[in-house]
Amino acid sequence: MARTVIPFGPQHPVLPEPIHLSLVLEDEKVVEALPTLGYVHRGLEMLAVKRDYNQMIQIVERVCGICSMIHSLCYCQGIEEMLGIEAPRRARMLRVVWSELHRLHSHLLWLGLFADSFGFESLFMQLWKIRERVMDLNEATTGNRVIVSVNVVGGVRTDLDEAQVRWIKDTLVEVEASIRSLQSTIMNDTTVCKRTKGVGVLTKQAAYDLGAAGPMLRGSGVAQDMRQLKYAGFDELAFEPVVETAGDCWARSTVRFRESLQSIDLVRQALDKLAPGDLAVKVKGKPEGEVITRVEQPRGECLYYLKGNGSTFLERVRIRTPTFANIPPLAAILPGLDFADVPVVVLSIDPCISCTER
Amino acid sequence: MKMLPTVIANLFSKPATRNYPFFVREPFEHARGELINDIERCIFCGACARKCPSQCLTVTKDKTEGIWTLEFFACVGCGVCVDVCPVNCLSQKTTHRPVAVERAVITLRGKLPERPAKKDRPDSIEKTAE
Repeated sequence: MARTVIPFGPQHPVLPEPIHLSLVLEDEKVVEALPTLGYVHRGLEMLAVKRDYNQMIQIVERVCGICSMIHSLCYCQGIEEMLGIEAPRRARMLRVVWSELHRLHSHLLWLGLFADSFGFESLFMQLWKIRERVMDLNEATTGNRVIVSVNVVGGVRTDLDEAQVRWIKDTLVEVEASIRSLQSTIMNDTTVCKRTKGVGVLTKQAAYDLGAAGPMLRGSGVAQDMRQLKYAGFDELAFEPVVETAGDCWARSTVRFRESLQSIDLVRQALDKLAPGDLAVKVKGKPEGEVITRVEQPRGECLYYLKGNGSTFLERVRIRTPTFANIPPLAAILPGLDFADVPVVVLSIDPCISCTER
Repeated sequence: MKMLPTVIANLFSKPATRNYPFFVREPFEHARGELINDIERCIFCGACARKCPSQCLTVTKDKTEGIWTLEFFACVGCGVCVDVCPVNCLSQKTTHRPVAVERAVITLRGKLPERPAKKDRPDSIEKTAE
C-alpha cells in the first residue's frame, strides 16, 4: 500500500501541549515520525538581558508550569555558585521539601494524563483527586499553588513552622495510602498492561546513545539521576535512583509511580532533618563568570548555563530541559508501532513542550 | 478490574468536588492574592517598581503628590514588592480580584512624605562640616 502521511498534533486530544509529528504510515504501521517544534516559543532566555538577576528567578519559574520550583532552584544554585555563597542548611532542606512536592504532583499529573491517553478515565480522575491534596500543601505553605516563588539567591523566602511540618506529614500519610491503593491498577491491571507492556521499547544502549533523560532513561535500565549529584539538601538524605529494565511504556510509568512514593519518603526525611537556622545568606557582589548547574526535574536532567559579566544583568542564560533530550528517543521508538499506540508512546516521554521551547 | 474497589468506594462516599459558587473554600492563611497599598503610609520610594519582575508597578512623583499605579492583569502575585517595601505599606489579601472584562489600571495618589528642612538633612550637614 502507498504511504500516507498523517499529522499528529499540534492540537490533539491526548496532548496537553503543542508538538507536531508527521507520521508516515504504511497501512496501520508507523514507518517514520518527524517531530516539529516551535509553537510556543516565548523568548524567556533573552529576557535575561532586560531583567536583573533577581527578577530572573520569577521568569525562569515560568519556563515550566509543573516543575517551576525546580527551575528556580537550579537558577539560584548557579548564581550562588558564581557569587561564591552557599544557602544555609535549613534553606537547602526546605528546597528539597518543595522540589519533592513538585515532583510528586507532577508525577501524579502525568500518571493521570497517561491513564487518560488509553481511555482509563476513572484512574485519571482518581489520581488527580490525590494530586489536589499535594497542591493544597503547596498553596498553604508557600502562598501559591503551582508557581510558588520560594527561592531567592542565597536561600528561601518562606519558612515552615512546627504546625505546618506536622500537617504536611499527616497529609502525606493519607496521600501515600491513596497512591498505594492504586498500585495494583497502575502496575498489574489487564487493560493497562495490554496497552503499555512491550509498547515503544527503548533498549538500554539506545537510551544511552540517544541521550534520553529522566524516567525515560531509568525505565530502560540506566541508573542515572541528577539527585545523585547531592545538590541542595540531598547530600544528607538516603536516596537510590528508581530503575526498571523493560524499557517500554509500562516501565516508564512504573518508574514514575515508584518515584512518587520515593518523593514522599524524601519529603519526610527532609522534614525530619529540618534544624532551626537562617533562611538566607546576605548576597554581596554581582554575578561574574560562567557556570553550569544541573538538577533533576520530574522529567529528567535540567541544565542551566549562566554567564555573568559583573553587572546586575546576566549576559546569557541557556536552559536545556529534559523533554528536549527525550524527543530524539521518541522519534526512534515510534517507527514500527501501530498508529493507535502512538498517543500512549508520545505521552510516555512526558512531553513538556513549553519547557523545551522556553 | 483492579480499580473496582476504589470505584465502589467512591460511589458511596461524599463527592470530591464542591458546588462552587454556593460553597467556597476558605482561602489558606498565607495565600498570596490581590495586592493592596495603604497609600497613606506609602513614601513613593519606588523600590517595589524596581524589583517587580513583571513590571506591573510604576511609581511617579509630581510636585505635590506621588502616584502609584498597579496594572493588576500583569501582576503575577509573587510578593516580591511586599518583601522589599521599607515602610510595609504593601500587603496581599488571601483572595484574588474578581474576574474583570476590561483592562484597567489601579491608580492611587498620596501625599509625598515631608522632607526634613534643608539644614537638618544629613547630606547638607556633611557638606558644612567639610
